[in-house]
Amino acid sequence: MTTPSTIPAVRFRAVARHFGEVRAVDSVDLDIAEGEFFAMLGPSGSGKTTCLRLIAGFEQPSAGTIEIFGEHAEGVPPYRRNVNTVFQDYALFPHMSVAENVAYALMVRGVGKAERLAKANEMLALVKLANFGARKPAQLSGGQRQRVALARALINHPKVLLLDEPLGALDLKLREQMQVELKTLQRSLGITFVFVTHDQGEALSMADRVAVFNAGRIVQVGRPEEVYERPATRFVADFVGGSNVIEPEAATRLRLPAGAWSIRPEKITLSATGNGPLGRVESLQYQGAQRRYVVAVGPDRLSVVTAAGTTAFTPGASVHVDWPADAPTRLEG
Amino acid sequence: MSLAAPGAPTRDGPLRRLSDLFMRRPRLFLALLLTPPLLWLGVAYLGSLAALLAQSFFSIDEFSGLIVREFTLKTYGELLQPANFDIIVRTVVMAALVTLFGGVIAFPIAYFAARYARGRVKALFYLLIMLPLWSSYLVRVYAWKLILAKEGVITYIADHTGTRGLLDAWLSLPVVGGPSLSISYTGTFLVFLYLWLPFMILPIQASLERVPRSLIEAAGDLGADARKTFSTVIFPLALPGIVAGSIFTFALTLGDYITPQIVGSSTLFLGQAVYTQQGVAGNIPLAAAFSVVPIVIMGIYLTVAKRMGAFDAL
Ligand SMILES: Nc1ncnc2c1ncn2[C@@H]1O[C@H](COP(=O)(O)OP(=O)(O)OP(=O)(O)O)[C@@H](O)[C@H]1O
Ligand SMILES: [Mg+2]
Repeated sequence: MTTPSTIPAVRFRAVARHFGEVRAVDSVDLDIAEGEFFAMLGPSGSGKTTCLRLIAGFEQPSAGTIEIFGEHAEGVPPYRRNVNTVFQDYALFPHMSVAENVAYALMVRGVGKAERLAKANEMLALVKLANFGARKPAQLSGGQRQRVALARALINHPKVLLLDEPLGALDLKLREQMQVELKTLQRSLGITFVFVTHDQGEALSMADRVAVFNAGRIVQVGRPEEVYERPATRFVADFVGGSNVIEPEAATRLRLPAGAWSIRPEKITLSATGNGPLGRVESLQYQGAQRRYVVAVGPDRLSVVTAAGTTAFTPGASVHVDWPADAPTRLEG
Repeated sequence: MSLAAPGAPTRDGPLRRLSDLFMRRPRLFLALLLTPPLLWLGVAYLGSLAALLAQSFFSIDEFSGLIVREFTLKTYGELLQPANFDIIVRTVVMAALVTLFGGVIAFPIAYFAARYARGRVKALFYLLIMLPLWSSYLVRVYAWKLILAKEGVITYIADHTGTRGLLDAWLSLPVVGGPSLSISYTGTFLVFLYLWLPFMILPIQASLERVPRSLIEAAGDLGADARKTFSTVIFPLALPGIVAGSIFTFALTLGDYITPQIVGSSTLFLGQAVYTQQGVAGNIPLAAAFSVVPIVIMGIYLTVAKRMGAFDAL
């Protein structure tokens, strides 16, 4: 017998979605647990949106199976899936007021006008837009529209909420604020969030687990620390946080065991009198809380990030590069 | 030291000085651009409209046939006499029917073109819609007269498909019937429908084209099936296009005076009434009063449409 908790909210088995020659999603296996904040991270065109659309039901897989809470999703139209979406462009109905937008799902189900508007106002209060119900979407700012889209998608209490780069259009400050609010909301509602982003900082800070996409495939899934600290492939090492990728031929020069390695820039320390390999500072970028160096060690280049308080080196200076024994992570293949 | 970048074109010549002036004073440029069309609109269009309105308040001296330039409502009284009022009712009913059926036929075509047609199919769509507009209006109406005539294609087809009885039954109906389709209101209706269909399809298609796919997906995502999505999202957003199309078909039918003359029973339509009053009869005030009718009707139509929120999605 299976208990409810062992049935994943979303399960992909060898799912593919091809558009002619384009393999938008190419054999993806995936289990998203109930109540999880799951981030899909990857560069543009890597198939994140297509994956989301497969869950929502806007696309049908070319191959493989999708299950939502253990039920086969094949042939189930979007309007019969207990899944709601916050669209990348918010997709608010321009001819309806904000309250009518939020109440839309209830209106479609035939809930009476007074009741659905009361519910809509509750949802608007939840996203801190209590007095905006009478406005038209065109009269809102980007951040406010984003909240309306969120309230509209949540009013049906979906089991899974899909968010396609919901913060992409917001400025940095608003974005950070919304990140915190979204996370808090998700915790309090206990709804499974599937969150698409190409911002690795966002994915790492918000998600319980992150799936890194590349060219229609998932290259690594894991908790943010795992993905960040222990990238499985060169692609993940580079895409998530711009790690130093050390190819096998460079490994011996840098006194590492044979194989390909990844070392995080902030794990490396610089010193005038150390034990590590000797290099020369090529460039220095001051970034406020930290400094970013490029250090040439023989023919190899390492990027190094140091905290603002540590000794600064000027370009041209000779430095020793050191790292803790557990810093290098072996890369596959 | 010169501020000009080396190699920059030197500033001389009257044209260049003029463009510099416009650059510094954009409003002057705008004023120059807008003056001719505004003059045209103001003088030629609104002016003649005002003249028309004024004329309708004059009357005609029944004995001398001269226009009496004094304010009177007598001409409007004449308009309400049964013979004249019938013309108005007939025309408005015809225009309303043409608009209604035009909308019903145009919508699916426009919907297909906007949502499904891509590439070549779309080009073909535009071609088919626009092609009739490339040939003369008169040629097309006369072509329809031949198609609808007693010896025409429709009768021929009816004969060979065993539907002649149906056709005859329709023609024997009061009001819509007649000796043949080309001499009946049905014929007039069909020709109007054909003539104005492109003016209905194109605005509807344009409005549907502007409905983003994500809105339709959002409706489905929130639980709306295809019908609900249509009635709550697609149709309201297409409404401005439908209203625009209906303004075209309605106004064009109200004002047309050639089609009912070539295809149809010998009764008059508004446009014909204006034509005969100002031409043969020489009764300019009554002609003017007749022409005010479609303007008033369109005014009422637009006001009602606006009240009903047809332009909310604009
Ligand atoms: N309807 C479609 N027809 C053809 N190709 C498509 C279609 N939808 C997506 N693609 C292609 O599939 C690939 C993956 O697209 P997708 O939208 O999933 O990327 P993404 O990871 O969401 O990218 P982004 O970060 O830019 O949003 C792209 O190469 C895209 O061009
Ligand atoms: Mg995308």
